Amino acid sequence: MSGTPLLSLAIWVPILAGLVVLATGSDRNAPLARTLSLIGALAGLLVTIPLYTGFDMHTPAMQFVELKTWIPRFNVNYHLGVDGISMLFVILNSFITVTVVLAGWQVIDSKVAQYNAGFLIMSGLLNGIFSALDGLLFYVFFEASLIPLYLIIGIWGGPKRVYAAFKFFLFTLFGSLLFLIALLYLFITSGGSFSILDWHQLPIGMTEQTWLFLAFLVAFAVKVPMWPVHTWLPDAHVEAPTGGSIVLAAIALKLGAYGFLRFSLPITPDASHTLAGLVIALSLIAIIYIGFVALAQEDMKKLVAYSSIAHMGFVTLGFFIFSPLGVEGALVQMISHGFVSGAMFFSIGVMYDRAHSRQIADYGGVVNTMPKFAAFFMLFAMANAGLPATSGFVGEFMVILAAVDHHFWVAFAAASTMIVGAAYTLWMYKRVVFGAVANHHVAELADINAREFLIFVLFAIGALGMGLYPQPFTEVMHSSVNELLRHVALSKIQ
Amino acid sequence: MTLAEMQFLTPDLRIAAAEIFILLMACLILMFDLLAKDRKRTATFVSTQLTLVGAAVITFSMSSGEISYTFSNMYVADLMADLLKLLLYLTVMVVLFYSRGYILEREQMAKGEYYALALFATLGMMVMISANHFVTVYIGLELLSLSLYAMVAMNRDSVPATEAAMKYFVLGALASGLLLYGMSMIYGATGTLEITAVAERLFMGQADQTILVFGMVFLVSGVAFKLGVVPFHMWIPDVYHGAPTAVTLFIATAPKLAAFAMVIRLLVNGLIVLSADWQSMLILLSVMSMAIGNIAAIAQTNLKRMLAYSAISHMGFMLLGMVTGVVGGDARFALNAYSSSMFYVITYVLTSAGTFGMILLLARAGFESDEIDDFKGLNKRSPWFAAMMMMMMFSMAGVPFFVGFFAKFSVLQAVVAAGYLWLAIVAIIFSLIGCFYYLRIVKIMYFDQPTNSLPIAAPLDVKVLMSANGLAVALLGIFPQALMSLCAFALLRSL
Repeated sequence: MSGTPLLSLAIWVPILAGLVVLATGSDRNAPLARTLSLIGALAGLLVTIPLYTGFDMHTPAMQFVELKTWIPRFNVNYHLGVDGISMLFVILNSFITVTVVLAGWQVIDSKVAQYNAGFLIMSGLLNGIFSALDGLLFYVFFEASLIPLYLIIGIWGGPKRVYAAFKFFLFTLFGSLLFLIALLYLFITSGGSFSILDWHQLPIGMTEQTWLFLAFLVAFAVKVPMWPVHTWLPDAHVEAPTGGSIVLAAIALKLGAYGFLRFSLPITPDASHTLAGLVIALSLIAIIYIGFVALAQEDMKKLVAYSSIAHMGFVTLGFFIFSPLGVEGALVQMISHGFVSGAMFFSIGVMYDRAHSRQIADYGGVVNTMPKFAAFFMLFAMANAGLPATSGFVGEFMVILAAVDHHFWVAFAAASTMIVGAAYTLWMYKRVVFGAVANHHVAELADINAREFLIFVLFAIGALGMGLYPQPFTEVMHSSVNELLRHVALSKIQ
Repeated sequence: MTLAEMQFLTPDLRIAAAEIFILLMACLILMFDLLAKDRKRTATFVSTQLTLVGAAVITFSMSSGEISYTFSNMYVADLMADLLKLLLYLTVMVVLFYSRGYILEREQMAKGEYYALALFATLGMMVMISANHFVTVYIGLELLSLSLYAMVAMNRDSVPATEAAMKYFVLGALASGLLLYGMSMIYGATGTLEITAVAERLFMGQADQTILVFGMVFLVSGVAFKLGVVPFHMWIPDVYHGAPTAVTLFIATAPKLAAFAMVIRLLVNGLIVLSADWQSMLILLSVMSMAIGNIAAIAQTNLKRMLAYSAISHMGFMLLGMVTGVVGGDARFALNAYSSSMFYVITYVLTSAGTFGMILLLARAGFESDEIDDFKGLNKRSPWFAAMMMMMMFSMAGVPFFVGFFAKFSVLQAVVAAGYLWLAIVAIIFSLIGCFYYLRIVKIMYFDQPTNSLPIAAPLDVKVLMSANGLAVALLGIFPQALMSLCAFALLRSL
């Protein structure tokens, strides 16, 4: 397989499939558009499988590398490659795309081709972000991926969709523009190279590192999102259609966290160490304060959105402890959150499709009319709360363990999420699912159909499989994470 | 000097063959149009287009890559001029294609003069591009401006158009005055009007600094007026808005190329020694243009007016490349900086042609389609053209993979390379503000419901051309290398 440009396929197969879907045109051809999208998404997933099976887990080096000149005038290359950190996200993203296409199958009935094409194109762009090894290529994918999500929220979203779409776009763009300046600065100081791997080796003074770190921090903190630049996320989630929420939670949020590992830590290691306290403090605020904010929500999507922010707080916390356990725990948490939050948003979408409400107060006793749904929803709610044997537990536990090593009170504060997280998730679950049938809307609910069942099974395999046997996920990370931490421990100041 | 010592050299006409050809053809077309009975002026249209093709062939085949002068050094031909002229012909051809349907539907514009004036304007721009003498610059500029005044006023029963023409004429005359005044002062300081000779005298330090700097300030003001940057931008919104859309399309595209050449000729070729002075002026102009252009554009409800303010901000951004050429007397970055500006201008012209072309595409008899709300729900009416317009908007906003991103990128890297980090941050903050109104157009087209469901009634050739224009914005965004290095190469061989 060594000659096959697998990463290029992972990027361009979905994008080309998206263009083909777009060509089916009006809604008269909707069934064709749906079938083609599913084929495209499955093909996109299929080409990423060899990334795992052919992966050499004993080396921290980049694998499946492709290097072609793109813009020689500025020494920009089409440089792709994955290591143990990024490889799993390419697969996760391609997997999520399949579920998104399935999730919109019966629900989306206007502009079907555009809807599915948007997701397929975005899937390719997101794969591009995870596999880019050239700074400008990364940036180009990073910004271009805003366009499909902006359109998806704006066209198929809820009543306040325009506001949410603008807020999403402008917030993220603001962060990434400062990031562009940082990239240009690195390009100039490195003597004209956009290679991220070159930048890892570039010696930089402390003042410059601090500014670069802060520029990176703004860009990635908006994307993660971290408190206090998180306010776009609840709006975007609430207004986005189900598919949009799934991709946003499962993949788009991971981009910021991934950026920390690819840019902040290795390029500005000294500043990362110095300013780690800042990031840890912001992470703890996200975990505790946003946890309580989630508790007070009356809209289910908003609640899960806030819980996403809290969970991502664990990720950034894990990164800035600088221990293998912490970083791996954070990575596991990222992947787990992809399955669990995706499934949570899908669950809410299933109810919304039937009753057209996301308010907790409009439900009650759903288990009586939708028993199968209630069982799945229970599983994912538990995973969201971090119950052992689900994937949600593994990552949080690893991060907390690492935090104990770092500082007891940090670990103590982080561990409080076990209680708060369980409280908001299970309390919502209780109010929505248990009790007597609340009103005639609930009484008329029909249980999930075969398509929804299939999607739930896919998510459940991910969430449970990772919870019971996380080793296939963690073993591929070891070399890369250890190499990263070894590199971060070295000072770059000369 | 006695009469016997004066030499009357025959100028080498071949070097200026393209200009001579256009001049002859414009006169012929004007004459033969009098005999034309056809209300649609098909023959005039076709012969105008063929003239431009012919000029392109001449320019291309005469292009030697060397710098050569003629008409006693008043006229220069170099690779930059050749490249800009070829792009100019292409732009004018595209503009005429887009505007044909529009002017046919408007009684007073559907005349042969429209095409003749377009050719004369083109000739003026060519002269500006190839000028090596202050007088040549001025002649080219006046030929362009006078043709444009007439074109703006052509729809003579339209009150806004007449008002726009009047405003354009009065302010344009003022700017010409500023320019002439500056030229005369520089003549007073250096004793020559020839641009390369001015540069030589300045190098040798044989000039009165006070008069020189005064002259330069007036010169920069005149250039700033032509570019339409703050505070010389007042005419842009009114003229863009008031002029018939076909003429707005013309004003918004081709003259930008000529204005860029004018900046290079006057400031770089002529006054490079004073770069520290004019650069600090241009920084101010550039920052103010980005600020006022982007902020004022947000408040507009008329698309032409919004694009006018957007043009102001884009020209401000383009100037960023011009201010970073010489840093502390070190001209190492000059080629990088100027070629990034050139790339910016070319891509702006491409995108601008597409957006105004789209307004023309949606316009019909008695309906201008220039309000932003006229684009409501375009995605329902025509997904294909909505996608084209969306690409154009994202390109102007500077979002990849569209060419506008690489234009902004190349200018910004020049700014950062020259050490003006703060300027890059200012530029970026204003482009973020600018993003808002481009996104609003996308929102209008995609998120809103259409107010009418009429299909788009443009002829096939215009539709194909519009599609090609949109796809070029995307394709140049994926493969920007060729055009970027072409700009760099042309400037390398010309400066």
